[in-house]
Amino acid sequence: MTTKYDTIIIGAGMSGLAAGIRLAMFDKKVVILEKHSISGGLNSYYQRRISSTKEILPLDVGLHALTNFARKGEKRKPFTKLLKQLRIPYEAFQLKEQSYSLIKFPDKEIKFSNDFSLLEQEIFENFPSEVDNFKKFCAYVSEYNEVDLNAKYIASRKVLGEYFKSQLLIEMLIAPLLIYGSAWENDMDFSQFVIMFKSLYFEGFSRPVGGVRTILNLLLDRYKELGGELRFRSEVVGIHEKNNTIQAVELKNGEILKTDKILSSVGLPETQSLVQRGEVNAGIGKLSFTESIIVAKNKACLKNQDATIIFYNSKPAYTYEKPKGLVDTSSAVFCLPDNYDRINQDGHAMMRITYMANYDLWKALEKEEYKTQKNYVFNSALELSYSLLGHKFEPIFSDVFSPTTIEKYTFHKKGTVYGSTDKTRNGKTHINGLFIIGTDQGFLGIVGSMLSGISMANLYGLMDE
Amino acid sequence: MTPEEVKNIVLDIIADVAPDEELDDLNAGESLRDQLDLDSMDFLDIVMELRKRHKVEVPSEDYPQLATLNSCVEYLTPKFA
Repeated sequence: MTTKYDTIIIGAGMSGLAAGIRLAMFDKKVVILEKHSISGGLNSYYQRRISSTKEILPLDVGLHALTNFARKGEKRKPFTKLLKQLRIPYEAFQLKEQSYSLIKFPDKEIKFSNDFSLLEQEIFENFPSEVDNFKKFCAYVSEYNEVDLNAKYIASRKVLGEYFKSQLLIEMLIAPLLIYGSAWENDMDFSQFVIMFKSLYFEGFSRPVGGVRTILNLLLDRYKELGGELRFRSEVVGIHEKNNTIQAVELKNGEILKTDKILSSVGLPETQSLVQRGEVNAGIGKLSFTESIIVAKNKACLKNQDATIIFYNSKPAYTYEKPKGLVDTSSAVFCLPDNYDRINQDGHAMMRITYMANYDLWKALEKEEYKTQKNYVFNSALELSYSLLGHKFEPIFSDVFSPTTIEKYTFHKKGTVYGSTDKTRNGKTHINGLFIIGTDQGFLGIVGSMLSGISMANLYGLMDE
Repeated sequence: MTPEEVKNIVLDIIADVAPDEELDDLNAGESLRDQLDLDSMDFLDIVMELRKRHKVEVPSEDYPQLATLNSCVEYLTPKFA
């Protein structure tokens, strides 16, 4: 007997789970197919044992910050919409707000927090002649329709150049937005810029107690409670179409699941390569990253640094591009997850340090050399930690992800994190019934991914009948 | 079903779709969108709940009929008959 699904979702990451919840909520026959044995995709988790103490450390992958912070019941905010659509109560996320974050360049530093007036004050103090320009720019951003599904590419730096005189201010404002979401080098589409500007500067950062696990457990529980079907260790190896219309997906074990609608969260070029006889024409992003996780014994080592996230740059301009060498240590994102909740002084202190990296060079390394280079990345990250925390400390644990680690676990071509350089804003592909959700649909961050899954499920899974 | 019952059905659905909204002071003749923080996603949920709970279909061209509480009742009451 073969059963036919109303919709098949590929990938149990944030977008796939959110889409699944929407469809299951209204009694659609839906299955989520996940290659791995756990959910999350780019935002997942793992654990490691500290060899000296035998202690088990829970660790996150992705999620430095949940962007788009909103207070309970705050109207017209993406996070509020998300909660309503998934029917998850605000309190369930157990959000802890950032203290503040810091954009740190050689000659200037700008702070921002979940209170927008801090950023305004910082602009006033550091760039007094730009205060009016900043106000006008913010007014323009506020009114901008960044979720227009038919928007064309506009270069953000061009728009910024029309508003600001100080190149340094432009660099400082765009740096966090690029490294937190751009699939393009050195610039980004203005719609995506606006999404990011609002989600970082207008709304801000928080983190659920328990990190990624808390979010994933909420989504998984909701989906199961609604009767949704989820299959782990079920890798899709082929998407079958006939006369340009979706027929079925093929699993690695040979099983064929019939459907005429697929929501794929695995990325646009990755989805294209699953279609039989399909052509891969979507661009593959050039940027990949290393991330070092360093754990110190206790929180005393954070006593001189209360920022939650530091966007560090040691050069006058900000370069966001594929490095010529294996890794670019001249800039970094330095995340201190414990500074979402400085009241809690129990437990270890964690640092996460992200550098831009060159996938091709990492991919070409022999095993021994790969280890040596990972160690080099760790040592650079440790030096940076000493410098930003203002003192040395003895790490009790460390781990480094490289671009090849990202590729191995996420299946994203060339270890990209922000997906393809081609986005499909309306989710459509050249095949009827095949839709893209997640990063390559063009929304960003964890909240963006979930909203992508929700809106595409609404549009193509619920309304379209 | 009486118009009053239909009104309560609609209010029950809105309360589930948008749990943070205060519905006691709702003016039945004024736009729901203006009084509550409802967007097109929320209206989709209202339509989906009408179908799921009461097997009442609202085709997309009729969505404007759901603008106010009064117009909802007027439009939906015959469908509950």
